[in-house]
Formats: sequence, structure tokens, C-alpha cells
Amino acid sequence: MRRYGYFPGCSLMVTNRAYSISATRVARELGVELAEVSDWNCCGATAYLALSEAKAFVMSARNLALAEAEGHDTLVAACSGCYVVLRKTGKYLDEKPAVRSRVTKALAAGDMTYNRTVKVRHLLDVLVNDCGEEGVRARVKKPLEGLKVAAYYGCQVGRPFGEADDPEFPVTMDRLMGWLGATTVDFPVRAACCGGLTMTTEPDLGMEMTGRILRVARERGADCIATACPLCQINLEAYQDKIGRKLGTDLRMPVVYFTQLMGRAFGLSSQEVMAQDSLTDVSAVLA
Amino acid sequence: MSTNERIGVYICHCGSNIAQTVDCGALTEYAKTLPGVVVAKEYKYMCSDPGQDLIKKDVAENKLTRVVVSSCSPLMHEETFRTAVEDAGLNRFLFQMSNIREQVSWVHKDKVKATEKAKKLLRAAANRVLHQRPLERREVPVMPEVVVVGGGIAGIEAALRLADAGKKVHLVEKEPTIGGHMARFDKTFPTLDCAACILTPKMVSVGQHPNINLMVCSEVEEVSGYTGNFKVKVRKKATCVDNEKCVGCGVCWEKCPAKKISSEFEEGLANRTAIYIPFPQAVPKRPVIDRDNCIYFKTGKCKVCEKFCDRKAIDFEQKDEVVELTVGAVIAATGFETLDPRELPRYGYGRFDNVLSPLEFERMTNASGPTAGKVLLKDGTAPKSVAILHCIGSRDEKHLKHCSRVCCMYSLKFAHLVEEKTHAEITNFYIDIRAFGKGYEEFYHRLLKEGVTFVRGKAAEVTDVVEAPEEQGKLVVVAEDTLLGKVRRVPVDMVVLSTGLRARSDAGHMAHVLGISRSADGFFLERHPKLGPVDTPTEGIYLAGACQGPKDIPDSVAQGAAAAACALSLIVRGRVVLEPVTAEIDEKKCAGCKLCIANCPYSAIEYDEGKKVSVVIEALCKGCGTCVATCPSGAARQKNFEDAQISSEIVGILASM
Repeated sequence: MRRYGYFPGCSLMVTNRAYSISATRVARELGVELAEVSDWNCCGATAYLALSEAKAFVMSARNLALAEAEGHDTLVAACSGCYVVLRKTGKYLDEKPAVRSRVTKALAAGDMTYNRTVKVRHLLDVLVNDCGEEGVRARVKKPLEGLKVAAYYGCQVGRPFGEADDPEFPVTMDRLMGWLGATTVDFPVRAACCGGLTMTTEPDLGMEMTGRILRVARERGADCIATACPLCQINLEAYQDKIGRKLGTDLRMPVVYFTQLMGRAFGLSSQEVMAQDSLTDVSAVLA
Repeated sequence: MSTNERIGVYICHCGSNIAQTVDCGALTEYAKTLPGVVVAKEYKYMCSDPGQDLIKKDVAENKLTRVVVSSCSPLMHEETFRTAVEDAGLNRFLFQMSNIREQVSWVHKDKVKATEKAKKLLRAAANRVLHQRPLERREVPVMPEVVVVGGGIAGIEAALRLADAGKKVHLVEKEPTIGGHMARFDKTFPTLDCAACILTPKMVSVGQHPNINLMVCSEVEEVSGYTGNFKVKVRKKATCVDNEKCVGCGVCWEKCPAKKISSEFEEGLANRTAIYIPFPQAVPKRPVIDRDNCIYFKTGKCKVCEKFCDRKAIDFEQKDEVVELTVGAVIAATGFETLDPRELPRYGYGRFDNVLSPLEFERMTNASGPTAGKVLLKDGTAPKSVAILHCIGSRDEKHLKHCSRVCCMYSLKFAHLVEEKTHAEITNFYIDIRAFGKGYEEFYHRLLKEGVTFVRGKAAEVTDVVEAPEEQGKLVVVAEDTLLGKVRRVPVDMVVLSTGLRARSDAGHMAHVLGISRSADGFFLERHPKLGPVDTPTEGIYLAGACQGPKDIPDSVAQGAAAAACALSLIVRGRVVLEPVTAEIDEKKCAGCKLCIANCPYSAIEYDEGKKVSVVIEALCKGCGTCVATCPSGAARQKNFEDAQISSEIVGILASM
């Protein structure tokens, strides 16, 4: 069994627990153990990064140090926000001596060290590229035949780092959906921003951005949107009626985590992939 | 350390380049304390005539026996100072240089620490020079012929210039015809003369020139030797056609039944046969058989071409031939590649029918191209609106960091051609218009007057997502118009991606074969960015055209002619001086183990059966030092890099002050 350090992040504890639970479950099916790093803390995203970079880096680096101490060379983040912040912290520690000395000092105050041996990767990258086509196909018991998926990556899976796929036009999830027996629709807004936190700060703008993704998914004949990030998921599933009313159009569309579709294809029950947590009607997709 | 040698030390200010970061006065005073130093002076520009005269005067007046100059990199002025030392009557190898510009003043800020470092480097040089020995240089004859690698416009120009000067030239081209990229263009900016009209006469001249040995379908596999005396191995690939017998009548390619092969020359927009010439004006006008697609080579049956060839020129049994040429100089004119727009999937190339690469557009507008010069959409109709997207892949941190130089101008040319042929509405999306050449800015103004629209903003994407009714069924170019400060969406029928120029994918291999280097952008590295743009650090190997960096036609032609002049100046000289920095083997110490022979990359060591020792062939030795490092008994040593010389230098750097 392959073992990776796992960083669920705050969203996946409650609001988006369906993502974490389905991810851990399908990973196990694939012979991958997502070993949650004990005593992890905030990735450093949210307000910290905007207000005090140094504090954000220290918080973020503490997670890397914990993963290293537990013997992991890879830390897997399922949330794209966590992925980007942790990955950025690793990069800055490697490349910026000033950040490194500041962080080293702060960690030392808590009797911790970090030797920069942990690579941060996104869950989507790990499940697709490490398990591979054969590994995934071998687990498929109930192929998702006939299901048309809009594979939606959001921005941060690819940007700014873009190591595992093209930053502007990623295809990793499309390949995965093919292995599961589903087809993906031509989805040009695959890497467009979901609106992120503008949904709370600039709701008009946020609704425009999210609305566009939902509209294009419907135009392209998708049965559902698959996501790889809790914030994308929330934006796309929670405001469908509100945006639809604003734009005067029906934007209803099942939105699921890609791991939930994997679970269904692997023969897990809809309860096991936490379909009951969905805010949209996913009965046709996860039933 | 006591010594009888009398060293003169000269510290260069290099204007303020060195003096503003290194305390040259203190350095000069320090120099006077070093063993053997009898004179130490500072001067504003040591490389100037008065600077060199200082050295010459002191050698005479102070009876100097060794000279040290602390200034710039030896790559810059070692030759200058060695010559000055020689003019003064000393052996040119009794000189050492320490680099306090590139290695000190340009990379440090703290004057105190920089001066300390300069002192250590100077001490190293002064220590070393005491151990240096006089060496004698040898003169060897230069072979009078030249190899030009690559038959694009730069290589053609170089070959013709040399051949017209009465020199024998071997022009080696990988493809079945010469002409390169230019042969595929329609018009040329800014004058809009037809590329073929100005190029094909030159191609014909190459084909007919008595002094040019044209080798197509050929590749340089190995270059050995040294300036004036290169051995160049060229593989002539089997074309299955005997070019002596063939007259290029064309029956074979008319009759060939394998007709559906995508034409490389036409960027896949048209088909060719398995026996083919790339285009009607090909030089030489001799067909080649594409074995991968030939029915006979695939199935063992066909030979239609052979049946119809009344000259009996088809030879299915033809084999590759390896030719060894002996030449004095090599000109690399291997050209460039355009960036594959598939690397930037956001612009829709390969996903949308009417998104074109620049070479596809060139072929489309070319009267002899696949659409007979008509600008057409995939459905056969003319576009009513066309967008031209500048800087695709260029000036882009993730792709090509450099500016590809030609794209602005070819984009303007495209805009003009579309306007002329279709009267479509044309929008250019640009970052800056870089119209740098003669008549280029004027051409840009001409386009502005022709009613072409320019949006200052790099296109972000090409999408078919419809946001407004007028976007239905269109390709929408999304860009931030930085003059308006707004994101714009411009629906069009056709998009041309002005992709950048990059080094060829085999440039690394070619650089290795030629023994030259590449710059960070992958193009071949010139000797000096300003003063040696045609030379390479390897004497006798010159660069021409876009293999050295993106270039337009006039610049490629200029460099082609310049490379010819460089090669000519070498071979006309008739003799070259060889640097004596080679290895030698002390036959008293040599045990005859032959390890050095096995490890020498230049096959420059042979075994003397009589004496049972290894012997360096000086003419072949490049002075790489591999044998010195390999030799278990210390018999092999490198002139001017002897153990005592290097150790004393290291001590100079590492010992405390």
C-alpha cells in the first residue's frame, strides 16, 4: 500500500467532509493510504496570507514540518487553496533565504525543524498520475456509462505552479473520467475561476463568474460538474437558485467531487461517497 | 618564497567598472608586497594603447620577466595582453590575468570585501605566474574548403559568397531541397516582394555553381580537428534516386499511387506522393522516395516509379553514404523552429478549425499553396473577420522568454494580405509593436491607414463560449485592452497565432557535434554579443542566420555574408597559429598502461610500440586535460596547467591574508 501524508484542511472537516471521506475511501480502494498528518493547523490561506505573509508561511511550514517528522516525502492536499499555499511555502523556503531563516527561527521556538524534503501535491494529480490508467481501470466495477461530465478544475490546480498539467487547459480529470467509463463534454471554462471568495465580498461579480461556469456546463450538455476543490464546490452548488433568479435562467446542475464519481464507479454505495451531503440533486449521478 | 623573477603587476580601473567597487589604490599597494613583484601600477584602461605601453616600457626599463594584469575576464583581453607582453620581448605565456571585473566588481557591492577578494585573486595570479614556462606556438596550413550546414537563406548567402570568391563550398542540407523557411513564405515584409521571386534565383545559382557541392538529404554527423583543419563526416541519406541519371521530368511523382501523404512543405494542408519533390522550384529538382510511406518499402510490391522512369534512375537498393570532407572552416546555418501552438491550448489551435499557425497562413496566402492563395475558412468561404494574435509563446516566462523579433512584422504583413484578399475586418492583439528595421515603422503606419484595428493587449484566450448574440458561431478572442482598461471580447471567423521562433529541437545535438555552446534560450552562442556575433568560441566555426537567435531575412542574409567573410579571412590567410596549451607525456614516467588512450575524446594519443609509451599527437590535442586526470603515474601533464601552477594559484586564493 502506497502511503502519503494527507492534509485535509479546514473546509474538509465539516462543510466539505464528503470530499475528504470519499477521497480517503477511493484512495484505499486504489491501494493508497492518505495518512492524515496529526495536529495539523490552518494552511495559512484565508486572511493570513494577505495580512502577514511571514505568519502565513510559518503556519504553513509547520504543517510541512509535521509531515516530514512523520516520515512523509509527499504531502497531499485535496483543497486547491491549501495546495497552492503549502506549495508556495515550500517554494519560498527553497528559493528565498530571508523567508527560510524567519520560518526556521519560528519553528525552532516550538522545538521544530524542517529540512525541506516534503513535496506538496494535489489529490487529483496523485490519484490519476500515481495510480495510473491500469490501476484505476482495474478497480472499476460499475462503469459510469452514458454519464456526461463537465470536468471542472478551477484555477489553482494548475496556476500558478502548473507542474502536473497544463495550467490553462488541464486534462487530468478528463482522462480519469474516461477510465471510469464516463465521457467529458468540451468544457472551455474548465480552468476559469469559480469566483472564489468574491461570492461573499463582491456577490455580483461572484455570481457572474460562477453563473458562467454553470451555464456553459448546461449548454454543453453535461449531466453534472465534477470538482476538485471545496471552494469551487460550494460556489457551484450553493448558489444555483440565487444566480439563476438573478440571470433569469435555470442553472440547476448536479455538482459532485471527482472522488465521489470514482467511488460510484468502484462500486461504493451513495452513502459511502456521502451523496447525502450534496446541496444539489445528485440522485441521477451518484445513485 | 624567494625568487629571481621580476614581476610587473597592472591594475585596471576599467573606467569606473572596477574602480567603483574595488579600491584599486589599496590593491596596487598590496601588489607591491607580493613575492617577486618589482613594479605595481594602476591605470584607467589597461587595454588601451597607453595601458599596453605601460607594460612594454616597464619590461624594458625594469627588466620584468613576468607580467600580471588584474582586469576583466581573460575571454575579453587575454589575447591583447599576451600580445603586448610578446611585443615587449617576453614569451607570451609568462603572463597571467586575474579577473576582478566579472568575478568581483560586477557581482559584489561591499567595497571592503570586494577589495579583499580582488587581493586574493591577484595573489593567486602572481603566485602562478612564477611557475609558468615559455611555450612556443606552431603554425599549420589551412585547408581551403568550407562546409556550410543548412541551406536556408543564411546558408545560401554564405555559400554563394564563398563560391563566388573562388572557394570550394560543401552545402549540407537535411531536407530534399534548399530554401529553408523562406521558400515557404508568400510575401516578405516590409516591401511585400514575393519570397519565391527573390529566393529562387539564388537557389538556382547554388544548384549550378561550379564551386558548390550541394548535398541534400544529408546531415553532419561528426566534426573533428581544429581551426583550418576540420574533418567533417556527412551522411548522405539514401533517396533511392540516382541524381546523375535523373532529369527531374516528373513522371515518377505523377504516377506514384501513394498520393495521400501529408506534405511537410504545405504544413499538412495538402498531400504529396511517396516519391516527391517538396515544391516545384526545389533545388535540386530531383525527387526522393519517402521510405516510410512508399508502397514498395511497406509491402514489397509496386515499383511503379521504376517502371515509368525511362532514365533508369530509380534505385531501391541505394544505401546511405558517409562522406568525409576536409575543410578549413565550418559555417552553421541550421535555422530555427516555430513554437508549436499546441503548447498553448488556451488559444484553441487543434481544437477549432479556423485557428491557424503562421506557417499554415503563409502557405494559404501563397499563390502556389494549397488554396492557390485564397484566404479561406475550413468550409471554403472567405472570412469576414480575422484576428491576429501577437506574441504567442514569445515574451512569455512559461514558454519563450525572448522576443522573437519577426512576429510583429509578419503579423502586419498577414494583416495586409488578409485585407487585400478578403476585405475582412482585421484586429491585431499586441503587447508592443516592435517595428525595428529599415522601413518597418513606415509599414506599420501604412497598415494603420489601411484600416486595420490594433488592440493593445495580449490575447488571453480564444473561446467558443457565447456571451452575446453576435458571438454565436464565432471564435471569440478575449483580451484586456490596456488602453481602455477593459476586458474585450472580439468575435471573429479566423484566428492566426503569431507564434515565436525557438531553437531547433536538435540544436543541442548539433551544438555537441560542432563543439559549440548554446545560450540560455537554446540558440547557438556567439563569441561576443556585440563584437563577435558571427564567431563562436571555437575558432574556425561561424554562425549564420536564426540558429544564433531569431532573425528576419535581411539580418539572416547579412550574417550569412558576414560568416562567409569570416571563413574567407581564415582560409585566405593560408596558415593558422595553434595554441600550445596541449598535453604532453613524460616518457620517463609513462608505464604504458594506455588508460589515457582509452579516455582521450579526440583520439589524440597513440602508443609507441618501440618505446612502450603513450605519445600525444599535438595537432589533434585540444588540451582538455582528460589524460592528465586519468594518468595514474603523473606522466601526462598539461602545458600551462601544470600541478605546480594550479597549486600555487589555489594557495593564493585560500591562504589567509
